[in-house]
Amino acid sequence: MSDIEAIKGRYLEQIESASDGDALEAIRVAALGKKGEISLLLKTLGKMTPEERQSEGPKINGARQAVADAIAARKDSIETEALNARLATEKLDMTLPPPFAPKGSIHPVSQVMDELAEIFADLGFSVATGPEIEDDWHNFTALNIPETHPARAMHDTFYFPQTDDQGMPKLLRTHTSPVQIRTMMDVAKQTDGAGAPIYIIAPGRTYRSDSDATHTPMFHQVEGLVIDKGIHMGHLKWTLETFVRAFFERDDIELRLRPSYFPFTEPSAEVDVGFSVKKGRRIIGGDSRSNEGGWMEILGSGMVHPNVIRNCGLDPDVWQGFAFGCGIDRLAMLKYGMDDLRAFFDGDLRWMEHYGFDALDVPTLSGGVGA
Amino acid sequence: MKFSLSWLKAHLDTDASLTEITEKLTAIGLELEGLENPADALRPFRVAKVIEAGPHPNADKLQLLKVDDGSNEPWQVVCGAPNARKDMVGVFGPPGTYIPGSDFTLKPAKIRDVESFGMMCSARELELGDDHDGIIELPTDAAAAVGTSYADYAQLDDPVINAAVLPNRQDCMGVRGIARDLAAAGVGTLKPLEIGSVERSGAGPDVRTDDPEGCPAFYGCTVTGLTNGTSPDWMQARLKSAGQKPINALVDITNYVMLDHGRPLHVYDVAKLSGGLVARKAKAGEKLTALNDKEYVLDESMTVIADDKGAHDIGGIMGGADTGSEDSTTEVLIECAYFDPASIAKTGQKLMLTSDARQRFERGVDPAFLDDGLDIATALVLELCGGKASDITRAGTPPTDMPMISYDPKQCAALGGIDVAPEKQKTILENLGFAVDSNWQVTPPTWRRDIAGWQDLVEEVVRIEGLDSVPSTPLPRKAGVAKPTASPEQLAERKARRAAAARGLNETVTWSFISDKEAAPFGGGTWSLANPISEELKVMRPSLLPGLIAAAQRNADRGASSIRLFEVGRRYLESTEHQTIGLVLAGENRARSWQSGAATKYGAFDAKAEVLAILEAAGAPTAKLMDFAEAGDHYHPGQSGTLRLGPKKILAAYGVLHPSVTKAMGLKGTAVAAEIFLDAIPVKKAKDHMREAFAPPALQAVTRDFAFIVDADLPAGDLVRAVKGADKKLITGARLFDLFEGASVGEGKKSLAVEVTLQPVDATLTEEDLKAVSDKVVASAAKLGAELRG
Repeated sequence: MSDIEAIKGRYLEQIESASDGDALEAIRVAALGKKGEISLLLKTLGKMTPEERQSEGPKINGARQAVADAIAARKDSIETEALNARLATEKLDMTLPPPFAPKGSIHPVSQVMDELAEIFADLGFSVATGPEIEDDWHNFTALNIPETHPARAMHDTFYFPQTDDQGMPKLLRTHTSPVQIRTMMDVAKQTDGAGAPIYIIAPGRTYRSDSDATHTPMFHQVEGLVIDKGIHMGHLKWTLETFVRAFFERDDIELRLRPSYFPFTEPSAEVDVGFSVKKGRRIIGGDSRSNEGGWMEILGSGMVHPNVIRNCGLDPDVWQGFAFGCGIDRLAMLKYGMDDLRAFFDGDLRWMEHYGFDALDVPTLSGGVGA
Repeated sequence: MKFSLSWLKAHLDTDASLTEITEKLTAIGLELEGLENPADALRPFRVAKVIEAGPHPNADKLQLLKVDDGSNEPWQVVCGAPNARKDMVGVFGPPGTYIPGSDFTLKPAKIRDVESFGMMCSARELELGDDHDGIIELPTDAAAAVGTSYADYAQLDDPVINAAVLPNRQDCMGVRGIARDLAAAGVGTLKPLEIGSVERSGAGPDVRTDDPEGCPAFYGCTVTGLTNGTSPDWMQARLKSAGQKPINALVDITNYVMLDHGRPLHVYDVAKLSGGLVARKAKAGEKLTALNDKEYVLDESMTVIADDKGAHDIGGIMGGADTGSEDSTTEVLIECAYFDPASIAKTGQKLMLTSDARQRFERGVDPAFLDDGLDIATALVLELCGGKASDITRAGTPPTDMPMISYDPKQCAALGGIDVAPEKQKTILENLGFAVDSNWQVTPPTWRRDIAGWQDLVEEVVRIEGLDSVPSTPLPRKAGVAKPTASPEQLAERKARRAAAARGLNETVTWSFISDKEAAPFGGGTWSLANPISEELKVMRPSLLPGLIAAAQRNADRGASSIRLFEVGRRYLESTEHQTIGLVLAGENRARSWQSGAATKYGAFDAKAEVLAILEAAGAPTAKLMDFAEAGDHYHPGQSGTLRLGPKKILAAYGVLHPSVTKAMGLKGTAVAAEIFLDAIPVKKAKDHMREAFAPPALQAVTRDFAFIVDADLPAGDLVRAVKGADKKLITGARLFDLFEGASVGEGKKSLAVEVTLQPVDATLTEEDLKAVSDKVVASAAKLGAELRG
């Protein structure tokens, strides 16, 4: 009886001190192999009396099980130690930098155009485009600016030697307003002059032969046009308020409409927006009547002139609406605090890193550009 | 338009404060652009009396004065002015006063060892004139005013208002027109027009118009026996407030009437004329030296005023240098004409000549104000210069007929968005000079040639009522589900732009115009500006790459090591404009690093990778694209290519930029570039949201590798396409993974290894199936001369 316990004890001791897999295997063969000590003892059970077997059986089987379990446990722990020892040799300096991944950016002008598209989509406007190399008729005449109109001289137009089919020199559009003309004409054509509601914005490049600290010969404008039935200046005012507040994401922005003059609108209004001053910088919104606050002009607007509607093949007694135009570069500068317009067109990577936007900064209603 | 407050009040009877006036100006469309008060700088100066004057102990030319400026103690002042003497009254600046004409602040000082406090001032020191020979001498009765501010004493406290006049408002290019607008807006009442008294006798001058189109009316009269001189202080003060320099009485009168009433006039010195004056078309090549001393060559479309000898006035724009009035002038002919706005505008544009007169005539002066304008000017000449006025000769007829406009007061709310009571609308229109009859037939005043339709009347009412009171009205909201408002092209462009940025490219915006030199390697520009701002910004770009290469070069010069730029914009070709994405990669692709060692440069395949990713984002069918060469001469001939849908539809070109192109633009090292032709990408047709039914295959795909020996010049793409096409049913992918050239594969040969993916459809592939596919692959490749590598 003490015999089997002694055997078990001896093996368990050996297993505990085994230092590698080979030693453990040798112990297994010696104890549990075909001719192993415990295996042989198990074979003696068959020759025992039932009483002996009843008392010796569990002991011998218990010893076998205990040794087998101990071997498995020891095997696990030897493997774990070996793995740990290997991992310990594989230590890296985790303060080292990972492979470089270049970071791209979206230009503020594109970002603002996307914001505008989102804000106006919420109001039911779609985005329209038109050519930048325009003809005289779309850029001026159709907009109620005849050849001798003094307003032409104020446009600082770039001309080409090429002429259109009227013999007038082709030009670079001085504003996005010709897109109004093209859109209305398309609608007139598609509806055979009957007309249909138009709600568009038209962002894009525009050109004037003007270059100083605050003017560049190329700049970006966004045009807005609504043509529908029963549209009046109250709608224009609401649309501009809604747009400006959504764009700058502030409710406390005041707009001031001043009577103005554009040949293509009647009545016309220039729109000032109230600003306040924070840490020496002008912020759109806030108390424009405070000491440092004031008004700055941000856009021109008005009710589309009946001559313009007529020029596009629609009936001004049926269709009425408003238009507005606004500098996109300036909107970007006011919202994001840039002060140098020329930097917009220089492509300086340092500037882009500072003022650019992440690829995934897609303007969304839920992200805060909704109206 | 600049004018002083007192000038405005000469036409406007009002108790309104300056602030009320300036705020109203902005509110009715005469935006306040500036407000200055010349008195502000002179307020600290006081009327002072010299109570003692004696010699300076240490200087012959200096005096020692005791000056009383109303303070408790008289000041001791060292003074160098020769006219300083006891009992004279002048203008004194106490210590601490800023002297505007000398740009310094007075401090107590020792002059030749004698203390001096403050200064008696000259006109120049106060910027009141050029006189610096002595100090200002006020009349002796000014002694009663000792101690008062000089600004108050001299009534200099007269703010100057600068109001922006809109281009359609010629009537407000005179102070009276501004007063009329303010009165209509409720700021006081307009005073009656003052013409002055003119006694006329004798025949009028010989004037006529032979050009009724350009000059429909030419009125004139003469004044004989006059004496030209300087104009009075009140007129000089008003002219100065408007920014006009006083010259002599006759010139000042014409300028004054123009600024006061928006009525330009011209005065000829009769002694310098030969015979009568006629308004006629200029002769081709006729020359005239204008008052600005520049010579202009005229043509037959222009109107001039001429005598028997030649032209003396570019009609309505600028007078000639040789017949103007001078100090010695004793007899004048005053011209008051009506010139056609359109021909004035054309002539002015052609000659590139602007003037105050042109600005007014081309916007249309009041055609009914010729007699009044001439009388006002004549009265002033008689008053200031004396002499005798002739009768007026009236040649031609000014176009005074005005259209009658049918108006409905409801139109104010329908267009202006604000309800204004009909009676109030009538009052507003009448105060602006409109005639409104009982049937709402409205006739604009002759000075409002800008009014053409009922919309203009709405504008007048709304402008005077105040745009601020127009209530904000929400746009009607369309019922139903929101429709996408961006076109498929716009969405594709947006995705492409964001994909490029996500791949580490930085978006730029460069000029649409470049130099001829930059455009040349890219095929040159078709659209070259006739009036460019500079040679650098002259030609509409035929490619986005020159601008991007220039931007890359600037960044490289600033020390940037890795440059990854892109731009989304248009190329301008002969027939149309093409929306395009351009990109340039320059400098280091990978910086040197502890892991990968030395820095690596960009290669053609970096450009190709960007192109494919951006095309994919833009929705192009990238799996169907074919590789072609012929990317253009601006690329490396052997390391560039195009991706096309069919042989003619080019979606993108890319490659290593030709070294001569980058070198010419100062960009050092290798740079790669690409252009993606967005408008060539087929637009995906709108379809519903449902996709084709799909379940992942139950059977696992297997891969097999094939290595072929091919001719060295066989494009790998051809082999891959042949392999992929060998069994259209089973082969779902073929990818080239190894390229080897060397002695072991033989001279003029290379080895290409392709991994083929097979997707079993109905049952697991058997050995026989696999063998059959392998045979097909080998056979297909063999058609290109490829041998399976043993």
